Amino acid sequence: MVFWISAILIGIGVYGLLTQKNLFKQLISLSIIDTAVNIFIIAVGYVDNGKAPIYSKAVPKFMEGAFVDPLPQALVLTAIVIGVGVLALGASLLVKVKEKHSSIDVENMKGVGE
Amino acid sequence: MRRFYAILIAAALVYMLISFISTVPSYGKADLKERVSDAFLSKSVNAQNTKAWMEGKAIHRQPAKEIYGKKVKEEGSANVVTSIVVNYRSFDTLGEVTVLFTAALGVGLILGGSRRKQYGREANFVLKTSTGILVPLIIMFGAYIFVHGHLTPGGGFPGGTIIAMASLLLYLSDEKFFLSKASTGALEGSMGGTYVIIGLLGLAIGGYFLYNFLPNGVVGNLVSAGIVPLVYVAIGLKVGAELSGLVTDLHSEKEG
Repeated sequence: MVFWISAILIGIGVYGLLTQKNLFKQLISLSIIDTAVNIFIIAVGYVDNGKAPIYSKAVPKFMEGAFVDPLPQALVLTAIVIGVGVLALGASLLVKVKEKHSSIDVENMKGVGE
Repeated sequence: MRRFYAILIAAALVYMLISFISTVPSYGKADLKERVSDAFLSKSVNAQNTKAWMEGKAIHRQPAKEIYGKKVKEEGSANVVTSIVVNYRSFDTLGEVTVLFTAALGVGLILGGSRRKQYGREANFVLKTSTGILVPLIIMFGAYIFVHGHLTPGGGFPGGTIIAMASLLLYLSDEKFFLSKASTGALEGSMGGTYVIIGLLGLAIGGYFLYNFLPNGVVGNLVSAGIVPLVYVAIGLKVGAELSGLVTDLHSEKEG
C-alpha cells in the first residue's frame, strides 16, 4: 500500500526531527517528510491501468479511466521546486552556523547559551 | 529514554495518519468524474457550469473525444500536466518562480562572495577531459527538455536544473572557473521579465493576465499550444541561470 509507505516515511521523518542532534540530519528529516507528502498526493490521483496524462499516437483519445489524475502531479511539481528552495536555504544557513559555532551538532556548539 | 518517547510520538502520528487513510478513495480507484481533473483532461474547462460546480451538484460527464492530432480550441498542449501548470494555473507558476528566486536570493545574501573559493586540489585527467565533451551535450539535453515541455514529460523546471548541473560540472573540474553575478543575474532577470511581459501582453490583447493570445495549432506538433512553449523556454532559462547562480554562491567566498 502506497499510502502506508508515505505514512511510515512521515513517522521516520518525525522520529529524526525529535532525536537527531545534528542539524543537517534534522534538515534531511524535513526533506523526508516533504517526499512522503509528495508520494501521498501522487498516490491519491492514481487510476488502475491509467496512462501518464500525455496525448500521443498510442493514446490519442480522451476516455474515462484512460489517464491518471494530472492535477496532483501539477501540484507536486510546485511542491518539489519549493522543497529544493527550502533545502538550499537551510543548507546555506547551516554553513554559516558551522563557521560561527564551529559545529552543527547541537551539543558541541561553542558560544551558545546553555 | 528520549528515543523511546520519540518512537512513541512518531508511532502515534503514523497510527493517526493510517486511520485517516480510510477516508480517501483506495489506491488505484480514484474517480476522475467527481473531480475537476476530468475537465482538464478533456480540455473543456470553459464549457463547465461553474455555478453548478460551486453548489456541488451537476457533475459534468465529459464525452470521449479525439484530441491528439486535432485542433482544440481551448488548449493545445499534448501534456496535460503542462497545460495545467503553464496555462490554466500559470499564475501559480509565476508565484512558484518567485519563491525559487527568493530562495536563491537568500542563499546569495548568506553565502555569496566575489571570489572563487580555493580548495587546493586538482581535478584528475578523466574528469577534466570528460567535462569538455559532456557539458555541451548536457546543455543541449536540458534545452531539449524545456523546448518539448508541452509534448513530453519534463518542462522548464527539470530542464533548467539539468543546465545548472552542467555549470556544477564545470565548477568541479576547474578550480579557476567562476561565473560572474552579472551574467547569471542578467539572464535570470530578463527571462523573469519575459514571463511577466507575456502575461501583460495577454492582459492587453485578451483581457486576462497570462491569456493565451497565440493560435493553438494542432495537438502534438512542436509549434503548438500558443504561449506555453514560450513561457516554458523563459522558465527553463530562468531556472537554469538561477540554480547556476546558487551553485556559484556555494563555491564563492567573501573578499579578505
